[in-house]
Amino acid sequence: MQSILRAEGVISEREQLRSYECDGLMNYRAIPELVVLPESAEQVQQIVKVCYDEGIPFVARGSGTGLSGGALPVESGILIVLSRMRRILEVDIPNQRVVVEPGVVNMWVSQEVADEGYYYAPDPASQIVSSIGGNLAENSGGVHCLKYGFTTNHVMGAEVVLPDASVVNIGGGKAPDAPGYDLLGAFVGSEGTLGIATKITLRIVRMPEAVRTLLAAFRDTEEAGGAVSGIIGNGIVPAAIEMMDTLCIEAVEAAVHPGFPEAGAILIVELDGPEAEVANQFEQTIKVCEENNASEIRIAEDDAQRALFWKGRKAAFAAMGRISNDYYVQDSVVPRTELGSTLKRISELSEEYGLRVANVFHAGDGNLHPLVLYNNEAEGEPERAEKLAGDIVFACLDHGGSLTGEHGIGEDKKKYMPKMFTDEDMNTMQLLRCAFDPHQICNPGKIFPTPRLCGERPGPFRMHPVQEAGLAELF
Amino acid sequence: MDATGTKGSLKDLQRIVGEEHAREATAEDAVGGLTPFFVAEPGSLEETSELMKLASSEGLSVAPRGGGTKMHLGNPPRELDLIVSTARLNEVIEHAPGDQVVRVQAGIKLETLQERLADSNQMLGIDPPEEGATIGGIIAANSSGPRRLRYGTIRDLIIGITVVLADGTVAKAGGKVVKNVAGYDLSKLFTGSLGTLGLIATANFRLHPKPEAARTVVVELSSTEEAGEATQAIIHSQVVASALELHWSEEAKLLAVLIEGIGPSVEAQAETASFLFKPFGETRILSDEEADFLGPLRPFDAPGAENEVTIKLAAPPAELTGVLDSVLEACARRGVTPHAAGHAGTGVTYVALFEGGEDAWVRIIEELREVWTRRGGSLVLLKAPLSIKKRIDTWGLAGDYLGLTRRVKEKFDPRGVLNPGRFLGGI
Repeated sequence: MQSILRAEGVISEREQLRSYECDGLMNYRAIPELVVLPESAEQVQQIVKVCYDEGIPFVARGSGTGLSGGALPVESGILIVLSRMRRILEVDIPNQRVVVEPGVVNMWVSQEVADEGYYYAPDPASQIVSSIGGNLAENSGGVHCLKYGFTTNHVMGAEVVLPDASVVNIGGGKAPDAPGYDLLGAFVGSEGTLGIATKITLRIVRMPEAVRTLLAAFRDTEEAGGAVSGIIGNGIVPAAIEMMDTLCIEAVEAAVHPGFPEAGAILIVELDGPEAEVANQFEQTIKVCEENNASEIRIAEDDAQRALFWKGRKAAFAAMGRISNDYYVQDSVVPRTELGSTLKRISELSEEYGLRVANVFHAGDGNLHPLVLYNNEAEGEPERAEKLAGDIVFACLDHGGSLTGEHGIGEDKKKYMPKMFTDEDMNTMQLLRCAFDPHQICNPGKIFPTPRLCGERPGPFRMHPVQEAGLAELF
Repeated sequence: MDATGTKGSLKDLQRIVGEEHAREATAEDAVGGLTPFFVAEPGSLEETSELMKLASSEGLSVAPRGGGTKMHLGNPPRELDLIVSTARLNEVIEHAPGDQVVRVQAGIKLETLQERLADSNQMLGIDPPEEGATIGGIIAANSSGPRRLRYGTIRDLIIGITVVLADGTVAKAGGKVVKNVAGYDLSKLFTGSLGTLGLIATANFRLHPKPEAARTVVVELSSTEEAGEATQAIIHSQVVASALELHWSEEAKLLAVLIEGIGPSVEAQAETASFLFKPFGETRILSDEEADFLGPLRPFDAPGAENEVTIKLAAPPAELTGVLDSVLEACARRGVTPHAAGHAGTGVTYVALFEGGEDAWVRIIEELREVWTRRGGSLVLLKAPLSIKKRIDTWGLAGDYLGLTRRVKEKFDPRGVLNPGRFLGGI
């Protein structure tokens, strides 16, 4: 590795390796054999070539903000950290595209094109830190994806180093409709298990003519939920529609003081688009909130006030530290119309387990983020919290939902996959894995509870590295 | 094999789908000049799976078929024994208006689905021009229409899928919620796969509210530069256009922008669009009747298209002038009359070729493919007589991803049962 990278690009001291032992989800830790920090696509390719030839498992990592353990290292493997590849390579306004390296931070893209009246739409709460490469791997969402779509709708092309060290360019990039399978669509959101993107072409979006934001307070989440249904039922597609419950409001208030009203639930609704449309639909939104007994409606008068609303919302996870020693962030989805009944079930579960659950979520697309509060020091509480978080996910599946809306399966939820998918479903998905990574050296052991080996053993027989590490069994 | 041979018989098919739902094929069922032996219409997922198991074990080559509107797409198949038609799989499984989500069987026709959704003031945001296309066919062929500018293509709308693989395996991916990152996104992988990875049995989509009002603003153009500049003027403005369509022929050279939404907003934006168009030529707002004829919703139905050649050129949208110039010039040099139309805002241009003869058409296609592949785009042959398809590959050279594409095919359909030869790189 030192012959590929300069000395400072290779970390092998145990103490230094420790900083990379987990990503944003700290429940899982593993110290990799080696951490490497390439600065170019060529270096990534050379590193992967060594891994491929030697059968060494590798894991790619961006800014390390993932919440499902997707960038958890493999102990016997190499961690490839892409944060030194952070150049914006090209801004092409006429074609509404920006080409970046994977380590570029999400927010930088919007900043780069702001003067031209453009922005990059996917906005995960981590956007000031998280990288585009990581966003691509996780198919990150954000508060504004109800209207504008997720990362997968904004990545138009990628140069990818495959696990066999070959390089492919998938997706049309600037031109639409590249002939063939939508390999890019399959690659985005594959949680780093199909290869490493080294160059990414993004679509940028024209800033809207008008933006209006309001905050409405309700007695409880049920009434707030009624308002959400009413807004959507009126044919309005808000740019964002977010809900926080009373526990969450309390925490946020203590942490960043946005001056939120005391309430059982708060909705933040943002509309954007052509002036006349926004004005008309904003009136309707206010009316719907009133009809659903909103106790208070605040309208953001300027950008500063809008920013304050969003500061409160985006600080929600971090703010939990104010009301609890430890918390577990859950991410699951239900059909929007099932929000009310699901929240009721969550509050029942919370009582059963004797643990508090705070709720903050993307109400427009039914993406819940229940925060299970617990004390790590208390006997048995961490285990109870994890079990409660699991039961919440199962409740969501019972209501027709999904295991994860934006945080990914990673290490954390692979055990739950059989609750949502049959063996046939998962085996079929892994056919794709076998096409991209037949030797399963690329982020092995993630997503699927039982990795399917691809039955390809070129050369003399040797035990599969993944099998050797006890991460997979042959079947 | 022959129809009564040892590799399978009509009786075996009928045992699975019922006597009235499997028949011997006729010349009308031919694909790329090859007439299959049988056509079977399964009535359920289980029957579809049984059919595929039978085909796999008997070594039958299978082409899935929906509405049959895209059977001319692709290279002529190397082999074809059985057509599996989704005609009877045509139900809406679930429509949850409050969730803006629908689940359908793949054989439902788009028009039928849109009518159902319209009852709830909703729609699926896709509008390919072919009449009678089914949802499964639209996914498999990655068909799109003018409104892709606003709503994207089918990959952007699909949220879940159930497929039947060549060996009969039934597998699903995604779900019925709009936001979902659990497992690999096989819905997208199957988009544009032209029935070569598996048969699409059901699909789930996110829906959009049906707009209340619409206006089409048109500008008459006189040069290809103006076409490019007028397109740029709209896409960099704050007008939220549903479609931006170009028509370019001897008779008409115009760019039309479709604006949809609520009444007052549509009016205001139509005014803005007129203002933006004005420097480029005579501008007017179309009446509804005119919009049907001239506007972006007019299907690409160049006269005589049945027997002629139609290509799809994909290029970066800012290259529109260059695309038009290259087409006009390549045609003029060979005495061929082109008729172009396209989704100017997204970089898709369709060109139909008239007169000049087959040799000239082949050379034009080769020339344009060479130029635009080099510049990051692609040229796909949409419609052409068999004699031309034998001379030019439908898809052109895939980039560096052909090897990967082949590996995907080998994993999903190792025996090459599905649509052998029709796809990219002879897959």
